[in-house]
Amino acid sequence: MAAPARSRHWQWLLIIPTVAPLLTPLTNRIEPTLMGIPFFFWYQFACALLAIVVIAIVHLTIREDHRE
Amino acid sequence: MSDRTVEVGVFVVLMAGVVLLGFGAARWRRPADPLTLEEWGVGGRAFGNWATWFLLGGSMYSAYTFIAVPAVTYGVGAVGWFAIPFAIVTTPLTFIFTTRAWSVARRHGFLTHSEFAAARFGSRGLGALIAVTGILATIPYVAVQLISLQAVLSTVGFGGELPLLAAVTLVSVCTFRSGLRAPALLSVVKDVLLAWMLLTATLMVAMYGGWDSTFRIAGERFAATPNPADGLLLPDNGHLGFLTLVIGSALAIFAYPHALLGMLAAKDRATVRRNAAALPIYCVALALMAMLGFFALARGVTPADGDLNTVVPRMIHEYFPSWSAGIAYAALSIAALIPAAVMSIAAANAFTRSLYRPYLRPGASPATEAWVSRWVSLIVKFGAAALILTVDPAFSVDLQLIGGVLILQTLPAVFLGLLTAWFHRTALTAGMLTGLAVGVGMLYGIPKTDGAGRVVADHFGGSSWPLGDGGSVYVGVVALLANLVAVVGCTLLLRAAGVREGVDTTRPDDYLADAGDPYLKRLDDLIDGSPANGRAVPAPAQHGGRYRRARPQRKADEGQPIER
Repeated sequence: MAAPARSRHWQWLLIIPTVAPLLTPLTNRIEPTLMGIPFFFWYQFACALLAIVVIAIVHLTIREDHRE
Repeated sequence: MSDRTVEVGVFVVLMAGVVLLGFGAARWRRPADPLTLEEWGVGGRAFGNWATWFLLGGSMYSAYTFIAVPAVTYGVGAVGWFAIPFAIVTTPLTFIFTTRAWSVARRHGFLTHSEFAAARFGSRGLGALIAVTGILATIPYVAVQLISLQAVLSTVGFGGELPLLAAVTLVSVCTFRSGLRAPALLSVVKDVLLAWMLLTATLMVAMYGGWDSTFRIAGERFAATPNPADGLLLPDNGHLGFLTLVIGSALAIFAYPHALLGMLAAKDRATVRRNAAALPIYCVALALMAMLGFFALARGVTPADGDLNTVVPRMIHEYFPSWSAGIAYAALSIAALIPAAVMSIAAANAFTRSLYRPYLRPGASPATEAWVSRWVSLIVKFGAAALILTVDPAFSVDLQLIGGVLILQTLPAVFLGLLTAWFHRTALTAGMLTGLAVGVGMLYGIPKTDGAGRVVADHFGGSSWPLGDGGSVYVGVVALLANLVAVVGCTLLLRAAGVREGVDTTRPDDYLADAGDPYLKRLDDLIDGSPANGRAVPAPAQHGGRYRRARPQRKADEGQPIER
């Protein structure tokens, strides 16, 4: 059945990892580099990690509400 | 020369192991009744977290991606990086949309988008149109996988047609026997080998001066070319083209039949969600591969015969220790064969469920369905092989670009349809045809240029529509906008004119159903083809009930509330 409305609000967090990788006009630069990798490239690595964290959080909050 | 022997030896041994595993896959968690489409086509919808994750990685992060993406970063730099944000954006969307798709598909026994759209909007014609589009978009996608495979095989020394045909035959037999289980099992092997390849690649970069010098030298090389569009960063007028390509490609993932198939094989909603959270790991792997394009450029790797697809295989050959190179070649070859298998299964399911059953054999039993799908999957694979062997392979690449634009046009029905049934069925068909016409028309009008900017052909020169300021926009997104405008406009018009709507046979709670709900268990019998028991159950066999009521075995459906 549907998760309670309260937990479904958490799904709005997913906007963050959806929008973050699309900010390329703002990330289109070399500096600061990380291990020699230009910002434009390592920013997307950071986005992938962000996606893992945010999706995991949303998944866990929804699941916990199911148990209640 | 002995290095070469080691390289080829490791490759051959690994590939032989893979074939044996593929044959054995039919026995892996063997179901009681393997000869239904539920078992053959979606692995019985019983895959857990790991199997699903590997299968998705195997079918979506394909050899074409691992070879073509570095080829583009090697060729033009930052523009090729579009694949990374595209892959990342799909993961949160998967969390929301694919869970809904999984639930409704589980409850109704859908195997494809086209079946869902037919039930959601009450139009088997719309379903058939989506199935045809899906199949047309999938065949060239299989073909480009085989092109990647050929690039690897020829670098190993198995050039020509026969090795390719042998590989296609072997994977076809595995798939024919084992269905979705074969690619799922092989995906595990592929990921292990691929992890090894990425580790070797990382060490390789570290040994040859690290990323610092890689990017510095690559940047200098781009600066030396006359092309203003290449470089380590996007040109100022390149943002629109880049972002529309990212968004269009990400949305297309939710319309390609093979991308859904892996998720439908998951055993419950939590598996789908956990996988959405773990999928960005593949994005990191792909990002590493994409950066290897810069390494190849900085080290001066040159493609064979000017074919950029050979850049990665040649870099592996020149810079990897020979036994690691053998492993990498095996990883890339399997990474080409798995998506070829999954895509052909998905296309075959679309044919069986949205064309064969509704139009040719309405009473087809599950065993017949599985039989049809098995043979169609063979036809798809060999059709793709024939496409690249008989026609110029470059043609397949063009077709794949066109396919991406085509498949995007099914989005209003198969993606937005997961959220709303507001659209009118006729409007969706009209919108799709509008989008297809606009998309193909624009692709036709794009001239093809070579590296120096000279026009070498008048038509089908890529999927970026040039704008006046030197920038571009991805054709698929423009066509999709035209499509959406037509869908909304026609829906309003048709509704105002009082044209009868299709009947939505799904219910709001279908989109939230999970494994283990009792309603679902009872439906399992129906999904596997037992005759309907007269209850008002929107089982798959009844989607077309409206159209087929005359047939005797549908008598039981009379009690179904057809008009609400």
